[in-house]
Amino acid sequence: MSDAQTTQIPVTVLTGYLGAGKTTLLNRILSQNHGKRYAVIVNEFGEIGIDNELIVESDEEIYEMNNGCVCCTVRGDLIRVVEGLMRRPGRFDAIVVETTGLADPVPVAQTFFMDDDVRSKTRLDAVVVLVDAKHLPLRLKDSREAEDQIAFADVVVLNKTDLVMPEELSKVEATIRAINPAAKIHRTTRAGLALSEVLDRGAFDLSRALENDPHFLDAHDDHDHHHDHQEHDGHHHHDGHDHHHHAHASDIHDVTVQSVSLRGGEMDPKKFFPWIEKITQMEGPNILRLKGIIALKGDDERYVIQGVHMIIEGDHQRAWKDGEKHESRLVFIGRELDAERLKKSFDACQAA
Amino acid sequence: MPTVAPLDLDGHCVAAVFLGDVPHFALADGTIHRLDHGHKTAQTNDGLLAAFHDAANDRLITGGEDGKIFSVTAGGNAAELASAGKKWITSVAAGPQGAVAYASGKIAFVRFADGKTKEFMHPRSVEGLAFSPKGMRFGVARYNGATLHFPAADGKPVELEWAGAHTGITFSPDGAFLVTTMQENALHGWKLADGKHMRMSGYPGKVKSLSWSAKGKWLASSGAPAAIVWPFSGKDGPMGKAPLELGTRGNAMVTSVACHPSQDVVAVGYDDGMVMAVRFADAKEVLLRRPGKGAITSMMWDKEERRVAFGSAAGDCGVIDISA
Repeated sequence: MSDAQTTQIPVTVLTGYLGAGKTTLLNRILSQNHGKRYAVIVNEFGEIGIDNELIVESDEEIYEMNNGCVCCTVRGDLIRVVEGLMRRPGRFDAIVVETTGLADPVPVAQTFFMDDDVRSKTRLDAVVVLVDAKHLPLRLKDSREAEDQIAFADVVVLNKTDLVMPEELSKVEATIRAINPAAKIHRTTRAGLALSEVLDRGAFDLSRALENDPHFLDAHDDHDHHHDHQEHDGHHHHDGHDHHHHAHASDIHDVTVQSVSLRGGEMDPKKFFPWIEKITQMEGPNILRLKGIIALKGDDERYVIQGVHMIIEGDHQRAWKDGEKHESRLVFIGRELDAERLKKSFDACQAA
Repeated sequence: MPTVAPLDLDGHCVAAVFLGDVPHFALADGTIHRLDHGHKTAQTNDGLLAAFHDAANDRLITGGEDGKIFSVTAGGNAAELASAGKKWITSVAAGPQGAVAYASGKIAFVRFADGKTKEFMHPRSVEGLAFSPKGMRFGVARYNGATLHFPAADGKPVELEWAGAHTGITFSPDGAFLVTTMQENALHGWKLADGKHMRMSGYPGKVKSLSWSAKGKWLASSGAPAAIVWPFSGKDGPMGKAPLELGTRGNAMVTSVACHPSQDVVAVGYDDGMVMAVRFADAKEVLLRRPGKGAITSMMWDKEERRVAFGSAAGDCGVIDISA
């Protein structure tokens, strides 16, 4: 069997603060009878109560790439461990990487895009963050990591919901939504949710990304008030997505991540591609994630795009369906993003 | 015409070596296969990650997922040398006077021939290990450079700095130069006498295989569609000189190199399993093995300079006889 014929092993990244329920979820993944075998990479042998031969302890090693770009970081230890594991691929079907509570998820994710060896054998499936409903406000106050983890996640498991009052919970959820409008949020107790919600998500798979994500931008169909918020407190808060409650996150002043959602008609490819390249080159360090579906003028297929800092990937996804509106949607999640400028320059890429 | 005696195994071959005159193949699952009047096996690590051929003692040192270090001698005699706990052993090396070094996380261990062990703690992970051919000295490849230790003495280590992640390490046979492989597609070198830097870059891929030619005059490397061979005969190493590019192919990458023990010839293994021998002087190529199932991962010449043992990532290993 040559390398080319080997299928890429999916990798799920589990982040979240100490006590948020990572170990509980991990134990559920390892003990449930789903017929799949997991190799687990942890930073410390913790309280994983399950016998699993393939739990690998690894020291977090963040390596800056020597290319002059400060956001180009990878996890050196993961490169080595994944390489070692993949020499005996028959032992497991998927890999779960559990990070420490304070870990920055970006180098973990970038490892799966920037290292050729890792990339050829594995694919990042999704970044899942566990959030403790009771302690999140405090976590956001005293650290940037908690916010980064949420901002970067594809799936947010809002855990320990039984420890807070319903209003508190709504507020916490609105805060999460404010940090990351594109993530899927699940409310749980004891990390109890269908494992299909965290595993095999294909969140980084261009052919699947955004397709199974009802939240992606649709939440903001009927209002576009980003700029107002930008002006009054420098933060960007989304409120009132398609849910029941309209709790404002704005009384939590510890959110420094913002998102900018853009929407437009068909794009001129000659303008759009140079633009997105330039934006990610210049604003890369400030962009945690970007995702988008782009309608290109004269193209009968949807073009999907996603990025992490300066790394962007794009591809045709599928043909536009009959009657489907040819519109372009793009969301940036990051810090110090100039929403006004992004919107103006994005609009300028529209086809005449 | 060279002939190939194939040995089709099931799994990734980490090291193909001669112990005595018997070819041994160490697989990632820890089995050591050998062709010794028939196909025989021995067992080492549960998960073999690193292997080093200790030429002075004619043995193979292995380290693995089980945190153990094994020594394998001719005839497939495998013995556990040491154990370092639950963490993976990611790098092993052998040095003078029967000393063995191994890495687990941030700690480099040196085990002396008498069984005594010394630990060297580092602020970051120990990525690669190598002993200097002279004196009791070993080098550690680490983030942002390399560290030189003198395990027989209690002196301070020497720190060599160069930004970036250094993943592998080797000393030139005369001990004058230290060369590291990097996470980026480059090698870095230091002239140890004065600490002068040597930057060897331009590779399209990561360099994973290095081999010094006879008397250390050249350093052959993988990571390109050709074997990149740097001249080290001058006092400043390859600085200001262009490397040789040997065995260039348009559609394949070199994954393994092994210099001939006495001639200026290198065996070049490719990602499609092909093996060629190429002469430095005129770049003349001889096909030793046609493409196979997997990338060549390891090669070694025997003492008689007649055979090359090779291993692949897909397990299709074998021995090439060039005298036939």
